[in-house]
Amino acid sequence: MLQTLGFLLGFQLLGEIAVRGLGWAIPGPVLGLALLVVLLSGFPALAERFRPTTSVILANLSFLFVPAGVGVIGNLDVLSDDGLALLVILILSTVLSMLATVGTFIGVRRLTERQAP
Amino acid sequence: MTDVATLWSYLATTPLIWLTTTIVAYLVADGVARKLGHPPWANPVLLSVLFIAPVLWLTHTDYTTYFEGAQFIHFLLGPATVALALPLWDHRETIRSSVAPILLALVVGSIVAAGSAILLARAFGLPMEVLLSLAPKSTTAPVALGISEAIGGLPALTAVLVILTGIIGAITVTPMMNMLRISDWRARGFAVGVAAHGIGTARAFQVNPVAGAYAGIAMALNALLTSLIVPVLVRWLV
Repeated sequence: MLQTLGFLLGFQLLGEIAVRGLGWAIPGPVLGLALLVVLLSGFPALAERFRPTTSVILANLSFLFVPAGVGVIGNLDVLSDDGLALLVILILSTVLSMLATVGTFIGVRRLTERQAP
Repeated sequence: MTDVATLWSYLATTPLIWLTTTIVAYLVADGVARKLGHPPWANPVLLSVLFIAPVLWLTHTDYTTYFEGAQFIHFLLGPATVALALPLWDHRETIRSSVAPILLALVVGSIVAAGSAILLARAFGLPMEVLLSLAPKSTTAPVALGISEAIGGLPALTAVLVILTGIIGAITVTPMMNMLRISDWRARGFAVGVAAHGIGTARAFQVNPVAGAYAGIAMALNALLTSLIVPVLVRWLV
């Protein structure tokens, strides 16, 4: 577990250093994710060693968002008079985005699968 | 009575009490959700917040004090994001065979997420800085805050809108996809990852491991794309 945690933190750190050094607009952990995939492609055996810890972390991913969620309650006044309009917009925009994404994904998948020999 | 007051004034200054409160609230929320069979509305993040908020209110605790304890949990979002490498690696074969749907759905979904938010904000006649704060709402919080600041939004408002978007996506995805009879877990997961970042991804992992893996990819790719797309869309649509 500690070894896996060391790898995860180490790759996050690598990601943070790289995005800062290169001036990229992506978060350090996202680049760390990509770098860890590169490491796994070189050393596939590591995946078995990481899995017990990473599966526990990912199974409890919701838990990690609770502090930020509590922050929303404390900050609801920033919505001021636009609260209701913003809520309606968020619901519509999120649903539209999911519809567009799922529609495109399935449409393109059908097209490319049909073309496959 | 003084003993209780002394004990409280001691506890209130340590991170322990709010760290423990957060974990207990989540365990209760998750237990309730599990017992009910994980219905979409019983979102564990939302339930935990609903348990914790009254406790903070009753004890007159401000968010800064709460966060001194809760920051240890919040910090783990970084390594958890890196840990998404594992499902991505596990599903590399199917991912390789669906590169075209992944990339096109990403571009379309990301444009609709930001574009529809901008156009709806205009239709509702919202102030400009609110509109700009809304545009990056579907991407992961650190990216969204950066974009909001760069285009002239209010990062504090964006933070709230990002979390609300995540919860809305996590709650609506399952009933919506079931209603549309979409059974492809890759497509379902990818959609919620594009529209509702990490909280949507957490929901996807709850429902299906393949959906979780695709949601993770979508979230990571959308973090890249949103920062490129939003400034352009703002210039076109505002």
